Amino acid sequence: MEVQEIINEKNLVYQPSKLLTGAAFNFCPGCGHGTVVRLVMEVVEEMDIQSDVIGISPVGCSVLLYDFYNIDVIQAAHGRATAVATGLKRVLPDKFVFTYQGDGDLAAIGTGETIHACNRGENITVIYVNNGTYGMTGGQMAPTTIPGMKTSTSPRGRDVATMGHPLRITDIVASLDGACYVTRQAVHTPAAVRKTKRALRTAFENQKLKRGTSFVEVVCSCHSGWKMTPLQSNRWMEENMFPYYPLGDLKVMNGQT
Amino acid sequence: MAKIRGAIVVDAERCKGCSVCVANCPQQVIALGKTVNSKGYYYAEMAFADKCTGCVNCAIICPDGAISVYRVKVEN
Amino acid sequence: MKELRLMKGNEAIAEAAIRAGADAYFGYPITPQSEILEYLAEQNTEEAGGMIVLQAESEVAAINMVYGAASAGRRVMTSSSSPGISLMTEGISYLAGAELPCLIVNVARGGPGLGTIQPSQADYFQSTKGGGHGDYRLLTLAPYSVQEMADFVALGFDLAFKYRNPVLILSDGVIGQMMEKVELPPALPRRQTGEPWATTGKTPDRERNIITSLNLDALKHERHNLRLQEKYRQMEAEDTRYTTNLCHDAEYLMVAYGASARIGGKAVEMAREKGVKAGLFRPVTLFPFPSKALYDAAKNVKGILSVEMSAGQMIEDVRLATECSVPVRHFGRYGGVVHAPGEILEALLQLAADSGQPTACRKGTPLPADQAQ
Repeated sequence: MEVQEIINEKNLVYQPSKLLTGAAFNFCPGCGHGTVVRLVMEVVEEMDIQSDVIGISPVGCSVLLYDFYNIDVIQAAHGRATAVATGLKRVLPDKFVFTYQGDGDLAAIGTGETIHACNRGENITVIYVNNGTYGMTGGQMAPTTIPGMKTSTSPRGRDVATMGHPLRITDIVASLDGACYVTRQAVHTPAAVRKTKRALRTAFENQKLKRGTSFVEVVCSCHSGWKMTPLQSNRWMEENMFPYYPLGDLKVMNGQT
Repeated sequence: MAKIRGAIVVDAERCKGCSVCVANCPQQVIALGKTVNSKGYYYAEMAFADKCTGCVNCAIICPDGAISVYRVKVEN
Repeated sequence: MKELRLMKGNEAIAEAAIRAGADAYFGYPITPQSEILEYLAEQNTEEAGGMIVLQAESEVAAINMVYGAASAGRRVMTSSSSPGISLMTEGISYLAGAELPCLIVNVARGGPGLGTIQPSQADYFQSTKGGGHGDYRLLTLAPYSVQEMADFVALGFDLAFKYRNPVLILSDGVIGQMMEKVELPPALPRRQTGEPWATTGKTPDRERNIITSLNLDALKHERHNLRLQEKYRQMEAEDTRYTTNLCHDAEYLMVAYGASARIGGKAVEMAREKGVKAGLFRPVTLFPFPSKALYDAAKNVKGILSVEMSAGQMIEDVRLATECSVPVRHFGRYGGVVHAPGEILEALLQLAADSGQPTACRKGTPLPADQAQ
């Protein structure tokens, strides 16, 4: 059978979500952000909730989320996405509201807003992409940077004695009564991507059931910031990031799908 | 005996040549081509089309949503 | 039906918000305005009429909650006092940049820093010149009575939606804390019409809506800024407000707003009793400042006394408005001290006594002898 015969509408088994605008992602080649951005729209499309979903983009690499998504999007001030989501969800309680934030946004400048929104149990989905660095501004040290890791503001490696320890904010969120579902995933292998997609689905389903805050961390590489190739950085992430940020569910309320 | 045949279509303009799909293809079907797109990236293409099973691993790992996958069962 | 009540200024704001059909209030406690949040909480507004009232973890969170709810095209408000407003300025800049309507109340207190909880008007620059980063303005209403505290809520919401711009009610601790008779308007029905720009979920019948203040293309962003400026010019043309009292034959004009206008009005009457033809010009919108009206009102006067509970902030707008054609002096008490009618009268009489003598345009009032070191 010729390839041209296989490439036929009736044989289609996978295509990018129709809820993407078609604009090329602005992320660096190989960046996991693109995978997560894509997965969110796949879940929204599969749940058929595109008319009822509003996304909130942060300040960081994913600030231009609204260029890629054919849904309503609000761009929030740095770190304030969960506060913006709170205001929006409170006046639109039957809509699906999600924030998409990086570690600089969510775990540094937005720590207060993150903790309190999750603690109030705002019925929202928080998607947290943790690559241990400030990608957009050029690879500076983040609260999540692991010990010894070199960044442009820790050029001799993060020294925990003076620069503090990596912040596992997801563990803190898991300890909050308002959070109903807290998980840490990755997108470096096809299996990991499938798991992340399932986690995102659960996180959105929880909104329908008004369960509280769902929090999905995705540990991700930033090979531009880390000064590696995409494949090298995925290996480096497995060897160095995962010991600090072990994958898996941190909190699952009873009865969750 | 039935055989599974697959094929992928790469959106050359969306592809940034990161090679993540190349490394994650269990059949080693994909390679970067010898031509560049308008942004200057060597983009992925099916180098060994007859080996593709349409497993979709490449598409779901693609950070740029550049890959569509087709699959068909072929009776021998 | 209209209803008469004896209320604190802060309570009047809260009650008026409920009656104006406000959809949400997000705030954080700070003296001297905590009664607003307390009053709303007491009224159980969500059950009573669907108005969301939420105590945020900070003013930063509160203003960003306002940003989120305003994005849905709802009537949203917050309130705070000076230090809290400083914390909110980032969010306010984003609201102005993203062209979101909302109502912000500042029951101002003495600064800088933690300052004092007593009344002040030292936030004039912050309120009228932008406050946060970027070329933006807030339409600023300055109530001088409990009645106006109530009246400006519905007006503020209307103006906010007319311009898709945040509206600020710049009050002060005097007006916020004092009790007066207030005639409350009948409750308005909650707005049902959706705003075409609101992010409420993209339905198939429309394009997606995006709320953002970001433009990576500088030329595009310049066009955005020009449009904002056009909006501010339109505010000047259509929504400048002021009141005058005894200005028709005045030889000396007092310019004052808020509590200062309240106290200054008394000083004007006292001056008239002493044979000095004084009048009170009260800007009601501080931005847009009633420059043209003040220019006209000042045509035949010999001198202007700008009275503020600050070191002299509005006076700059008074001088700009009158183009230095008339001597302008400042009188004010600072840092939380409220001026007494007697001392304003003294300054007014001094201005009258000095008339005909050259007064430098930039010269302010020297400190009283007992305060000068």
